[in-house]
Amino acid sequence: MGLSKDSTGIKAASTELVIKKVNETDHVIALAGNPNVGKSTVFNELTGLHQHTGNWPGKTVTNAQGYCTYRNRGYVLVDLPGCYSLMAHSAEEEVARDFICFGGADAAVVVCDATCLERNLNLVLQTMEITRNTVVCVNLLDEAKKKRIKVDLEKLSQLLGVPVVGTAARSRKGLDKLLQAMSSAAGKESLPRSPVVTYSEKTEQALGRLTPLVNKICGDAVDPRWLSLKLLEREENLLVSIGKYLGFSPQENPEISEALCQVWEELAKAGWTPEELKDDLVSGVVQQAERLARAVVTVEHEGYNARDKRIDRILTSKLTGFPIMFLVLLVIFWLTITGANYPSELLSGGLFWLGDRFRELLLLCSAPEWLVGVVVDGVYRTLAWVVSVMLPPMAIFFPLFTLLEDLGYLPRVAFNLDKCFQKCGACGKQALTTCMGFGCNAAGVIGCRIIDSPRERLIAMITNSFVPCNGRFPTLIAIITMFFVSTAGGFGASVLSSMLLVAVIVFGVLMTFAVSKLLSKTILKGIPSSFTLELPPYRTPQVGKVIVRSIFDRTLFVLGRAASVAAPAGLIIWIMANVQLGDATLLAHCSGFLDPFAKLLGLDGVILLAFILGLPANEIVVPIIIMAYMAQGSLVEMTDLNALKTLLVENGWTWVTAICTMLFSLMHWPCSTTCMTIKKETQSLKWTVVAFLAPTLAGLVVCFLVASLSKLFL
Amino acid sequence: MQNRISLGNLKEGETAVVRELSAGGSLRRRLQDIGLIKGTRVECIGISPMGDPAAYLIRGAVIALRSEDAAGIFVDDVGGTCVRRSNRLLTKNAGSMVTE
Repeated sequence: MGLSKDSTGIKAASTELVIKKVNETDHVIALAGNPNVGKSTVFNELTGLHQHTGNWPGKTVTNAQGYCTYRNRGYVLVDLPGCYSLMAHSAEEEVARDFICFGGADAAVVVCDATCLERNLNLVLQTMEITRNTVVCVNLLDEAKKKRIKVDLEKLSQLLGVPVVGTAARSRKGLDKLLQAMSSAAGKESLPRSPVVTYSEKTEQALGRLTPLVNKICGDAVDPRWLSLKLLEREENLLVSIGKYLGFSPQENPEISEALCQVWEELAKAGWTPEELKDDLVSGVVQQAERLARAVVTVEHEGYNARDKRIDRILTSKLTGFPIMFLVLLVIFWLTITGANYPSELLSGGLFWLGDRFRELLLLCSAPEWLVGVVVDGVYRTLAWVVSVMLPPMAIFFPLFTLLEDLGYLPRVAFNLDKCFQKCGACGKQALTTCMGFGCNAAGVIGCRIIDSPRERLIAMITNSFVPCNGRFPTLIAIITMFFVSTAGGFGASVLSSMLLVAVIVFGVLMTFAVSKLLSKTILKGIPSSFTLELPPYRTPQVGKVIVRSIFDRTLFVLGRAASVAAPAGLIIWIMANVQLGDATLLAHCSGFLDPFAKLLGLDGVILLAFILGLPANEIVVPIIIMAYMAQGSLVEMTDLNALKTLLVENGWTWVTAICTMLFSLMHWPCSTTCMTIKKETQSLKWTVVAFLAPTLAGLVVCFLVASLSKLFL
Repeated sequence: MQNRISLGNLKEGETAVVRELSAGGSLRRRLQDIGLIKGTRVECIGISPMGDPAAYLIRGAVIALRSEDAAGIFVDDVGGTCVRRSNRLLTKNAGSMVTE
């Protein structure tokens, strides 16, 4: 398969990570935590905009570093991937463990969820076994308070022997204390090493034998008790990392290897298989966490998750689960369509007016006509179209989507739909990446990292472009409005067009299932692997922050990328439309050449050519079609959909053309950015080609069928 | 072999205590990571509209498991919603039942 062990990074050591220190004296802090505990909020609040993001060397695991200062000292915060444990079962956990262990961090901060402390303490204990320079940050205290959960922070600090700080990072509460605790923990040289977790008698006996021997050879580099534990449980990939980092392999030391053999033999005599030994080690930590939680957490009100349960019952029940899902989808698209209409017209009017002034200015400077044509009619107008058509829907859609994400609704969608994905041999988390695809397919492909199994991850990546991204929505919406809803407008019309759009999307989702199933029956054969999906508690989203974050992180990012391809594309299209070859333009020659084939698909040469030229960005498909039909060779102002419809009908569009164009827009090759992202994520040309071909073939087949059937019956 | 109940047999609102994980390899470790070990109390809090997967309350967190995986987690049934009130006592009792 495309994802070999190397590409998912089972072998690479994380210590190759370059830490971006500003001063030599800067301390390095590792930030660890379970998923969904607000770790990134802590990270963002502490470091603000001083962040670098990238990948861990050789891994498809995101790495973020941030910088902050406290009392004249700089701190480099390394945001580790969210994980439940450091026992290294996945690439994420291995990265986190190796960084805490060998990454040269001066201290580790473990962020915990106060509403679910027990499970979080698991990670705290595992981190403390590696380094005693640990600070426990009990976050989401505000949520805990709402649920009437009390955490005795002082007692927890006493029991653990490390500083414990309570925070509500979203409202910046407690962050100063966290910085203070962090700085004092990072400054400490060596801390007493008493056992963090007491294991069963047999294990402790074995540890008693090994630890002194290990201590002799490893000195201060690693905690000897922890290393003994890892030797005992035969953790191969860690031992490889140790060999690489410390320059020696403890298991090759004759004294240690002899003691190990004896210990294993004794355990085997006592009836313990290696599996049971591992179970005992895991249980030791889990039980310790349970004892701690029992001592420090008081739940005043027994039914503390009663509210979440009630909401879950509504959102995931047999009766209401699916209708609500469709309703949410419908409302989001309705808001996007109606909300975007007016600003879109305003923007396009304004930008085109500005373009005309720009032209006048150029002519005033007596610029040659061809230059004016290239700059204004080619580059500027394409750019203006893309901005005015894309910006308003994105500025509405992305915040709405981020809101759903923040609320905790998306995992419930995955929960509702998992059975369908399971039947297709795919992973339920694919529902989440599919949702991300609505925003941007490239973002959806990156999101596939949350799927653990390589086979299912590939299926999710290949099928991601079956849902329309933001660049394709405007095309779909415009065609729906022109051909299937009266352009008169009004409330009824906007609801009808949202419903038609939802129908198109549902068709895309069905195709996702069909193609996933096809893939898992053919080239990606396999049984669906197990998965665990956390349904985090519902949280009240912070509307203001959501809007700012989604506009900066998503909207402007996607828009910037679209604009950067639209400008050169506009140039090429203008040249094609204005260079005469014989009796027609280059554009006309190309579309004429494609025409017979395109007719089979219910399209025409111009439409197909527009999709081909639209490879860098789907947003420019409609502008190209308009430019080609208007023989004058430049993009005209087309804010009035009625005028646009007349133009299309004059060029032979029927409702069949409209349907086929929508279907082809839904299913054709992914845009170049998505293709490049797939190549980067899979590290394989073969799977990129498959991801290119799958939607293309599906589109060709479906459009051909629709066109042929309509010819038969009409 | 006595009558074995698995996590997959639980209905919404029912509670049970884990007796044994039959899974091996990576699934076993992942289940242990989320806190499923011998003696852990689990409540089934809901089933997906399509009948699979189901959501379980495990050590304060809600985790969805597919029925196929839940079928490999054997439990001692401790009953329905009425036992929720005195869960601490129950965990202890169930723990001793397991170790007998």
